[in-house]
Amino acid sequence: MEHIDVSLVDWSRAQFALTAIYHWIFVPLTLGLSFLIAMFETLYFRSGDKEWLKITKFWMKLFGINFAIGVATGIILEFEFGTNWSHYSWLVGDIFGAPLAVEGILAFFLESTFIAVMFFGWNKVSRGFHLTSSWLVAFGSNLSALWILVANGWMQNPVGMHFNPDTARNEMLSFWAVLFNPMAVHKFLHTVTSSYVVASLFVVGVSAWYLLKKREIVLAKRSILVASVFGLASALYTGSSGDSSAKTIAVSQPMKLAAMEGLYNGSRNAELVIIGAPNVSKRYDDTQKPYYFQIAVPNLLSVLAFNKSDSFVPGIADLINGNKKEGIEPITAKMEKGRVALSALHDYKNATKEHDIDRQIQSLAVIEQNGKYMGYGLLRTTDESIPPISPVFYSFRIMVGLGCYFIALFAVLLFFSIKNQLESKKWLQYVMLWSIPLGYVASELGWLVAEVGRQPWTIQGVLTTNYSTSQISGTMVQTTFYLFLGLFSLLLIAEIRILLKQIKKGQEGGSHV
Amino acid sequence: MFENLSIETLQAYWWIIISLLGSILVFLLFVQGGQSLLRTVSKTQDEKVLVINAIGTKWEFTFTTLVTFGGAFFASFPLFYSTSFGGAYWVWMLLLFSFVVQAVSFEFRSKPGNLLGSAVYEGFLITNGIVAPLVLGTAVATFFTGSAFSVNDMNFSEWKHPGHGLEALLNATNVTLGVTILLLSRQLGAMYLINSIDNEVIQYRAKRQIKREAIPFLLLAVVFVVLIVCKKGFSVDGQGLVSMVQYKYFINLIHEPVILILFVIGLVGIISGIYISVFKNKAMAFWITGLSSVSFAMSLFLLVGFNGTAYYPSTYNLQNSLTIYNSSSSHYTLTAMSYVSLFVPFVLAYIVYVWKSMNKKQLSTDELKNEDHLY
Repeated sequence: MEHIDVSLVDWSRAQFALTAIYHWIFVPLTLGLSFLIAMFETLYFRSGDKEWLKITKFWMKLFGINFAIGVATGIILEFEFGTNWSHYSWLVGDIFGAPLAVEGILAFFLESTFIAVMFFGWNKVSRGFHLTSSWLVAFGSNLSALWILVANGWMQNPVGMHFNPDTARNEMLSFWAVLFNPMAVHKFLHTVTSSYVVASLFVVGVSAWYLLKKREIVLAKRSILVASVFGLASALYTGSSGDSSAKTIAVSQPMKLAAMEGLYNGSRNAELVIIGAPNVSKRYDDTQKPYYFQIAVPNLLSVLAFNKSDSFVPGIADLINGNKKEGIEPITAKMEKGRVALSALHDYKNATKEHDIDRQIQSLAVIEQNGKYMGYGLLRTTDESIPPISPVFYSFRIMVGLGCYFIALFAVLLFFSIKNQLESKKWLQYVMLWSIPLGYVASELGWLVAEVGRQPWTIQGVLTTNYSTSQISGTMVQTTFYLFLGLFSLLLIAEIRILLKQIKKGQEGGSHV
Repeated sequence: MFENLSIETLQAYWWIIISLLGSILVFLLFVQGGQSLLRTVSKTQDEKVLVINAIGTKWEFTFTTLVTFGGAFFASFPLFYSTSFGGAYWVWMLLLFSFVVQAVSFEFRSKPGNLLGSAVYEGFLITNGIVAPLVLGTAVATFFTGSAFSVNDMNFSEWKHPGHGLEALLNATNVTLGVTILLLSRQLGAMYLINSIDNEVIQYRAKRQIKREAIPFLLLAVVFVVLIVCKKGFSVDGQGLVSMVQYKYFINLIHEPVILILFVIGLVGIISGIYISVFKNKAMAFWITGLSSVSFAMSLFLLVGFNGTAYYPSTYNLQNSLTIYNSSSSHYTLTAMSYVSLFVPFVLAYIVYVWKSMNKKQLSTDELKNEDHLY
């Protein structure tokens, strides 16, 4: 564990980021559109109105195209934990592997079995069975999101585990603690509801294009109505779950919160910077101004983070230098304890080999005392503990700003939809159309906040990214990075072109042979 | 219930589950076999559409089984996951790339604006159809032949061959199994197409292909069996020390009657399935051959996991070899996962139900004309 190949770490990160970002272009639409399709089909099932059936089939066609590429980009992610993050796989596989396996057994099969009925079962099974299948696909895909987000939530807030010196890895103590980890619960709710927003924006955007072209008017109006209701409810809940998510971050990942806020010196009655520009040359140990400019609301950060205006929100300097008054230990102390624990682990291993029981007992006692900080022993410098500030700060603000915009947009759409005035509001049709990419932007930026803000850790406080990689060469990963970049870009362009063609064809376009 | 079992029992239980998943995956490679036969059994556009749509309703089963197999292996034997995937990098990447292009090809192939044209997507399907069985078979054969890797006392692994997995393709025993699995997938693929497509020309060509490849397939399977039963195997003693033992896998077969029964049923079943397909023209040939493949593949997995055997041997340092005992998850995790495994019969039940509902009658060009969703 002494040598770190910086190029390998960087390329491994780049590859994981690339594949995850590409995968996430397609997943939110799958998660949300599957429910919207099930709703459209339910409306058909209950009313017998053929128009709903046509609407269902139209969106299903777009769903299928998007689903295929989501599956294609998803398989890589699962196996990348092994191919590129081999140390990680061993050190936390005992805990992290389980949700992945459950995802496969309980969710993927549900999704993939019933999707065949959904696409090809119209003439083969009863209407009721078909409808059930459509709902099961929606539940299956959302269930798979649950398990992978449980795994991700655990990385952000590792609970229900202990370190076993004999196997030199972390092992699970409580499956329920991992499953009901507050971070995982909030992350799941925030992620899936925000995905429903992305899908709703997609549906209203595509429908708006039809209104602009004065085509498929019934499909467009009905789709907008359903998607606005679904989108508004989801956007409101996304806001609320985002708040809960941030509160768990405040407790378990204070450095991430400090990065999200560009907060260098913590305080009670901390203000929230609504709009601002962090000073890129600012360091935690100098006296430069933290922002070039800022518009802030007093007390709001304390309230949002801990529900009380006088609660203390630590800044980067507090987390590194420590803050005795607030009971925050300096990071150097944690790093020292971590090194002691790591050294004791090596001692323990050597003592085991030499059958030296006394030394084993002594080493175990040291590990017991300092093991909690073992991950900190992997940090080389204090600076390394700070995530990149600007990308996290801006991404967070753009995401939240867009979230507020989506709530307003869906409310306006619902209003005009109920009043049946959508057709005459050309400006609104353009707004809807051009809001499609904004949903994707907000969703990807959310992940950027979560994952970049977590650096330098793969497992918060337990394992750093530097020590998580496989023992392969940076050049190998660089090669596969470019292969993925080329292949995924090609497939993305193909997917967008196919989607556009299908949308241009409209409902009657047929499927093509 | 499971919490009272010993760690060794749980490890054995999970090796059986992994073996079962891996064996079902071998059966489901009929999808790949069918893909690889695309240009052999279909010549016209209509025929191609029939073949692709017949396989297209099933490809996700294979894909999902592969993902679940990976996830379950990760959860139950994480040291294998970190050692093999992180070491044999190129071979796994090759496999993954082939599945990435497969996943989009069914959906994109016939759609206007698909950028690359139908022929390229069909090429992707054929590539995956050949690469996936070949590579998976080769990779499984390394369970018998070993790979050059080390595992240190912190359980961090390092691959010691610059080929990073590709070297496995240069070993004759490995390639024999790889080609055997490829030919098996083509036998099964052809039988599936005969069952599910109502077109005499396709059925004729598929059957012709079964006849052409049956003998080479069976010969290779026998060669592989002879190679492994005659070779030295990686034996583990009570202290965990690994040594080479002559006829180890043959000894395992004799010592473990259940494995022997699975092995024999598998081989006899596969031969009978092919015979029924060629001479009796019965639809059950696909199921007999498929389920026998599960039995045969399962016996291979069990052969390397039990009776004091290292299932992922290291030729670099024998003592670094992985056994089901030194590479597994903790007692707690295996227990928790065992409860999850109770859902497997339920999952299998709904898969069977849906399969039966969807394959009530054979696919025909007329039927496809009424379909809303086509590949």
